[in-house]
Amino acid sequence: MTLIYPVTSNSVHPARLSPAYRSALKRSPQKPLIPMRHTLSELTGPAYGHETVRAHDNDLTIQAKGEPLGERIIVHGHVRDEDGRGVPNTLVELWQANACGRYIHVVDQHPAPLDPNFTGAGRTQSDDKGYYKFITIKPGAYPWGNHDNAWRPAHIHFSVFGHSFVSRLVTQMYFPGDPLFPFDPIFNSVTDEKARARMISSFDLENTQPEWALCYRFDIVLRGRNATPMETK
Amino acid sequence: MSNPRPDGITPSQTVGPYFKYGLTPNGEYEWNDAFTSNLLTPDASGERIRVEGIVYDGDGAVIPDCMLEIWQADSQGRFSDPQDARALPNSSFKGFGRCGTDKSGFYSFDTIKPGVVPDADGKPQAPHILLAVFARGMLLHLYTRIYFDDEAGNAGDAVLALVPADRRATLIARRKAGAGNVYTFDVHLQGDNETVFFDV
Repeated sequence: MTLIYPVTSNSVHPARLSPAYRSALKRSPQKPLIPMRHTLSELTGPAYGHETVRAHDNDLTIQAKGEPLGERIIVHGHVRDEDGRGVPNTLVELWQANACGRYIHVVDQHPAPLDPNFTGAGRTQSDDKGYYKFITIKPGAYPWGNHDNAWRPAHIHFSVFGHSFVSRLVTQMYFPGDPLFPFDPIFNSVTDEKARARMISSFDLENTQPEWALCYRFDIVLRGRNATPMETK
Repeated sequence: MSNPRPDGITPSQTVGPYFKYGLTPNGEYEWNDAFTSNLLTPDASGERIRVEGIVYDGDGAVIPDCMLEIWQADSQGRFSDPQDARALPNSSFKGFGRCGTDKSGFYSFDTIKPGVVPDADGKPQAPHILLAVFARGMLLHLYTRIYFDDEAGNAGDAVLALVPADRRATLIARRKAGAGNVYTFDVHLQGDNETVFFDV
């Protein structure tokens, strides 16, 4: 099966220059991007990376001597292509703030405590049907300097590869019902409401583990569809 | 049971300012790197090169929190991906690398000069490396291509031909004088020297 990657699928992405997001002002091209037909260079991609995935890299609660503070959660989901097929054996990386909304990154100066038992980095590969799973801590909201009293909704950063270099995706997973949604220019840089909703995980009671952890489901859809679909409508 | 067809793809969001400990720790953080900026393998044939440069914003300021990823063929123009149905490389060269910029906005990749890959019409393309650029302030990453100034094939390359002549130089890495196999390729996200990016 040969996959194609119509550029029209990219229309859900944010405009590169979304003025409410101040950092974008000097980091967005002003000249038009050049359209081109995909060649083998664009249609292939790094189908590996998993040799660096260790057995427990998807459990962010057991990376240190002790258990991290905060609300333990399970985050799982299905990585699919545009036709709904699972994307097997693809690398899924994540990074996030701790329960207090603080990253271990040296640049993060938010006066909230670091947790010596929480790094906030994880990775896994999707299974042979495209499913992935992490165990982590629910991240906190945190302030940022974009505008007066600006706070980012709680989120987990995701990095996913898929079948080609042009299916590459970096995104953020949000939590349902976050009161900060209306005020966040990054979340709202995606202007289509249905598309925004695809960045919000759903509470998953069925996979919540009794006496142990709430579960959230976050499905990811990457570019790529069959060049010769069965249906032609 | 087959899955219902999705309504659309998952939208992109910025990599933000804090990706380094997760994606490019490179010894500065405890986490191990999934990928590095050194693509070389002992068994890879071809010319060993370094591609380096600085990433700038629209004010000409360097970008110290940028992540660059490259994807390329080996010296014989073959990709380490079964979707390249021609022939798999006979070495362990993977062709993918990742590098975070340092405080000076500087990045570098150690790799092999790629060979010739066919274009959409099956004609040879000039040797090139695909480059994806991610940073805080970028809600969606950008794609460009790195070509080489000492390749005669540039003149007949169908992708370069799409680019206005006065902007083509932004896609050409220049071999550094007296520095062996080092090429310079700066990236300007915006401004007079804005790098050509592709809508792919």
